Amino acid sequence: MCKCALVVLLFPLLSLGAGGNAAPVSSDQAAPAGKDKKFNAGDMIMHHITDSHEWHFLTIKKKDGSEWHATIYLPVILYTPGEGWSAFSYHKLHKAGSYKGYALDSHHKIIRTDGKHFYDFSLTKNVAQLLLSMVLMIALFVSVARRYQRQGIAAPRGLQAAVEVIIVFIRDQVARPLLGHRADRYLPYLLTLFFFIWINNLLGLLPGAANVTGNISVTATLALLTFILMMTGSKRDFWLHMFSPPGVPAAVLPILVPIEFLSNVVLKPFALLIRLFANMLAGHLIILSFMSIIFLFAAMSLAAGIGASIFSVAFSVFVYLLELLVAVLQAYIFTILSALFISETGATHSHDHEHVPATVETKH
Amino acid sequence: MQLLQPGLGLMFWTLVVFLIVLFILRRYAWRPILQALDQRQAAIDEALKAAERTRQEMANLKSEHEALLQQARQERIAILGEANRAKERIIAEAREKAAAEAARLMEEARRDIENRKMEALVDLKNQIGNMVVDVAEKVLRHQLANREEQEELIRKLTAELTRN
Repeated sequence: MCKCALVVLLFPLLSLGAGGNAAPVSSDQAAPAGKDKKFNAGDMIMHHITDSHEWHFLTIKKKDGSEWHATIYLPVILYTPGEGWSAFSYHKLHKAGSYKGYALDSHHKIIRTDGKHFYDFSLTKNVAQLLLSMVLMIALFVSVARRYQRQGIAAPRGLQAAVEVIIVFIRDQVARPLLGHRADRYLPYLLTLFFFIWINNLLGLLPGAANVTGNISVTATLALLTFILMMTGSKRDFWLHMFSPPGVPAAVLPILVPIEFLSNVVLKPFALLIRLFANMLAGHLIILSFMSIIFLFAAMSLAAGIGASIFSVAFSVFVYLLELLVAVLQAYIFTILSALFISETGATHSHDHEHVPATVETKH
Repeated sequence: MQLLQPGLGLMFWTLVVFLIVLFILRRYAWRPILQALDQRQAAIDEALKAAERTRQEMANLKSEHEALLQQARQERIAILGEANRAKERIIAEAREKAAAEAARLMEEARRDIENRKMEALVDLKNQIGNMVVDVAEKVLRHQLANREEQEELIRKLTAELTRN
């Protein structure tokens, strides 16, 4: 069910990428074949937005037609039940085509040569960038915290002032109004969530970087964490209201209860993961599409390519600036909705008055 | 669709990275930062309250000061008035006293003059009497050189005495 919903939701977004992907000929794979390979926009875009086992920065075409790739090959970590763990550099797999019973398929996906089921825990490009963002975040915020410990209640300066505004905003505009007395318990999660998403959104906008938050695994994990907090923080009132809503005729209950259950428990965190994923993916898709236009037109004629490049660069810059806004906006939306959902399941309200929730009632 | 299938590996690593970030930042960043923010907020509140209190105190002091000044001004006016009156009274008294003294002195002088005049008159009378006696003695001595005349005179005088 989930996947169907996803496909329907994302169909307009993905038509571009998926359409071009019909004949998958990867640039890397085609490299030895040579110089007159045609530019494939869909393939290029898919290559940029999907995860990979190498961090590819640029390709330089030499005079003799061969290509030189500036690429970091990342560690591959695989687990096959019964056989155990194996870890090696992707370079080995890439060079030889198969290694230790694992091989690459035409999509550069790792498969087992004997077709057994296995788990991939590789440090992929996305994982590498997540680790980078982890180091960045810890360095950034621990240094800011040091400043507070050193200077006590002195007026904030520089980076500290910039960060403080956001922390205070999350605390006073997101956590406290929604979660009330429980705000302090969830504040570290909300702060980490906001900065984690925002910083990864911004890192994803850097040329050559992975679009971590545009990956459904990452957003699904974040939504899962919010879901866990929703469930662990839920109170009796929340379930009571869902399974026996006050003042509802018994005949309606078989319809109402599943709907309520779906919307409150399943769809809310699900909407979180889709929203962030789709937003961050869409921006990249648009920018990459504009870039592709240049090469598609250039393949027709040089003049068309130059003309298209002016148009494409202008629009790309516009979308890029828009993405800077979207980066912070989506981080904020994910955070405030997480706080809202947690507050909804954990709200306790007495039944004396006529169903006035403690928090804002919203439909998502 | 590779794009829409969450991968277990990446989900695992995301979870690991996020939880590490969460626990480290909660312990070493958010807690000290939020504590510092609370402390600063409390300090600012306290400072504002103290400022308000001081302002109130200053206002009170000022009004007290004003009242004191007003009182002092009134007292000054009162003292000046009192002094003025005292001055006038003293002057009036002095004038009266002076007049009385002058009158007394005048009276004394008058009396003195009277006394001196009387003394002078007595003295004058005595002198005149003495002189008259001397003159009379001389005249008598001259005139009573002979016996008849002496007798004549005694007679006359006796007559006179008797007439008196």
